Amino acid sequence: MRGRASPAVAPPHLPPTATVSAIMRQVLYALIPGSAAMIVLFGWGVAFNLLIAVAVALPCEALLLRLRGRPVAPFLQDGSALVCAVLLALALPPLAPWWLPAIAVVLALALGKHIYGGLGFNPFNPAMVGYAAVLVSFPAQMTVWLPPSASGPGASLGLMESLHYVLQGQLPTGLELDAITQATPLDRIKTGLSAGLTLEDIRDPAGTGLLAGSGWHWINLLYLAGGAWLLQRRVIGWQIPAGVLLGLAAPALVFWIISPDQFASPLLHLLSGGAILAAFFIATDPVSAATTPRGRLYYGLGIGLLAYVIRTWGGYPDGIAFAVLLMNMAAPLIDRYTRPRIHGRTAPGRSTRSRR
Amino acid sequence: MGRRFWFPGGLRLPGHKAVSTAEPIRQTPVPDQLVIPLQQHAGDSCRPTVTPGQRIERGALLGRAEETGAHVHAPTSGEVLAVEPLPFPHPSGLSVVSVRMQADGEDRWSDALPEAIPHWRHCAPERLQQRIQSSGLVGLGGAGFPTSTKLAAGHRHRIDTLIINGVECEPWISCDQALMLQRPADIVEGTGILARAVEARRLILALEDDKPACLQALRDALDQCTGIALELIPVPARYPAGGERQLIQTLTGQEVPSGGLPPELGILCQNVATAVAARDAVVHGHPLTSRVVTITGNAVTSPRNLEARIGTPMRQLIEAAGGYLGTPQRLVMGGPMMGFALDSDTLPVIKTSNCLLVGDAALFPDPAPAMPCIRCGACADVCPAQLLPQELYWHARARDPEPARSLGLFDCIDCGACAVVCPSHIPLVQYFRYAKSELRAADHDRIAAEEARERYLQRQQRLEREQAEQEARRQQKKAALKQRGEAVTADPKAAKQAAIQAAIARARQKKQLEQGLREDGEG
Repeated sequence: MRGRASPAVAPPHLPPTATVSAIMRQVLYALIPGSAAMIVLFGWGVAFNLLIAVAVALPCEALLLRLRGRPVAPFLQDGSALVCAVLLALALPPLAPWWLPAIAVVLALALGKHIYGGLGFNPFNPAMVGYAAVLVSFPAQMTVWLPPSASGPGASLGLMESLHYVLQGQLPTGLELDAITQATPLDRIKTGLSAGLTLEDIRDPAGTGLLAGSGWHWINLLYLAGGAWLLQRRVIGWQIPAGVLLGLAAPALVFWIISPDQFASPLLHLLSGGAILAAFFIATDPVSAATTPRGRLYYGLGIGLLAYVIRTWGGYPDGIAFAVLLMNMAAPLIDRYTRPRIHGRTAPGRSTRSRR
Repeated sequence: MGRRFWFPGGLRLPGHKAVSTAEPIRQTPVPDQLVIPLQQHAGDSCRPTVTPGQRIERGALLGRAEETGAHVHAPTSGEVLAVEPLPFPHPSGLSVVSVRMQADGEDRWSDALPEAIPHWRHCAPERLQQRIQSSGLVGLGGAGFPTSTKLAAGHRHRIDTLIINGVECEPWISCDQALMLQRPADIVEGTGILARAVEARRLILALEDDKPACLQALRDALDQCTGIALELIPVPARYPAGGERQLIQTLTGQEVPSGGLPPELGILCQNVATAVAARDAVVHGHPLTSRVVTITGNAVTSPRNLEARIGTPMRQLIEAAGGYLGTPQRLVMGGPMMGFALDSDTLPVIKTSNCLLVGDAALFPDPAPAMPCIRCGACADVCPAQLLPQELYWHARARDPEPARSLGLFDCIDCGACAVVCPSHIPLVQYFRYAKSELRAADHDRIAAEEARERYLQRQQRLEREQAEQEARRQQKKAALKQRGEAVTADPKAAKQAAIQAAIARARQKKQLEQGLREDGEG
């Protein structure tokens, strides 16, 4: 070929159809509706969380890559640090001091990802490592939630007021932190039930009648829409989200039927915490999840089930982060026992060839 | 029509077939000089049967396949210029002993061609098989497995179903499609011949469901022809639906056993072009000396299908397709998924050259640098063998690829679907090929070591045996001496006589032995 072709070029000759950065970009697009709803309902604090997390994540990722002697530009462009930072920011309380998202992101990237060799080698979901680390380290800050602006009194802080609080930890004069904050619905149920109240007593102090805590519905339904878009684009498979939702809803349904006073309904479990975000965006992190088709379903079921157990009998109102981390540990084992049957072989891996 | 089944994985790829099928197959003129490699396919190289200076005619034997492989015949009449190692289209880029010949322009068929068998329906299957073998047929779909070897598998297994593969699933290639459109009757007749050769009862021709014109052409041909019960079955156009194992799975729901071959299921697969070649070999007595080649790609002026003599320089085919267009980057023999890049367009067309794909930088961009695997599993989703490429990759990268064996590395059919969908741009096929060759080399070494051990043990045993025999002889001699000593003491005179007699006998024996050896040497 007039010396043009190189015989070292190996098949297939067609260029790849996907890139890691395109996948990450689509995940970010899918998060837009849900996160916009969070900003609308919980105020500017969510936006500050996002900004701070991203602003810390990118230089932090670059520094860690540099320290590890890896090329910075291609790995920074893969977008994985960005997705990690955004997911983490969305999981944090909406009114947090600036150092909370910053520390969470640094821990997520350093201890969750780069310590194991960077993208592709981390056994744990980095965002959940960061989340769990700040949850156990700063329990006070991590449980301060605002009521959705549609319901509770004094919910909305202005832009400058929020900024002031985020940077200096000071509220406008005359406002006490306790006056504007409100526990999350799941938290409220947990403390209520352990104080001996029934769900009827706990439910919805604002009287809007919405089962899962008003406002939370909208956020979760929009995350669900984003997740459905990712499914339709085949960026994620159905197995993990289906597993998580089923693993959470099935035991919730059973216990709720047995005793509706003592156990929250499946709908409340699905729509009032981080279940939807986790099912479609967090548990679907491919690196730390199981990779076989059947294994992914089991992996999702495990997360849902563990989250239910932690929420109902454990020490935390929302157990998603710990459920994900625990199932991360189980992923290699799940993969080992859920390998698909290879063409022309029996399930244990023998050839179907007749012995002669 | 039987029930339709399904194969897992696979992917839809843009076909690009229309560009090369606008016009019918055209004959390319016989070139002045041809180079016919004596190894064009799986199996051993042929032994040359011609010498430089010899005049030959079309269809004359150029190389004889010894044990495995297929004979090679002269593609035209002319003079043998040389029999020498020359480069041929192969991924290795190596040379192979080839016949270089000068065409005389008369293009005469040889007088010594085997007799035509127009009434093959009354012909014994063995004779048809023999004819297919002597005509140098190989699988024309690209893999080039000698057809006679495939048919011979029918001796060990009863062949029930003959599948004619018209599923040209790789993008760009359209030579089988062109044949189905233009020579449907020959395909049907060739199918009948192959079926009779292996005494198959069920005959299937499979083609992609996006080729209604081919289906209609074949249907019409089938209506014209009596006595051939051929089922035409369209299968979904999804890569790699035309892979032998995938096609069998789609048509019958059965899986060819790992490490096994289709005849073990009573199934034989042949390409449509092979059926046409079988028909020409039987009905006309013509050995395989030409084939249809698709010249296509975005760096060829007018892509088309050409019928070319084996041994034609590729360059000439590209010129027959209007020459290069723009800045061609890569010349690939075969399709974009499994074909291999050639470093020269002067290489000859061989029996397995189904397609010459010429692309520019837009079609074949430089590969992006590989990123780490993110275990997304896209590769596993498209793997038609239900492997987990992400796991195989892990082991293929490791120093010891042995665990990849039990994970099905050798069940990988090199289709390349995993590499195309990998978002991290990991050249998975290259990793797997490398790991396979490493494991094969390790197997080879292990067998060699075992053989050496065996030889060593045998030598040890032989030495021990010889020593024991020597010892036994010594004992015997000792005993005889002792006996003689006793005899001597008994009667010295008689003993002396006996010794003389024995010496004479020994001398006579020796003489006879020497004479015998001399005769052997002369004989």
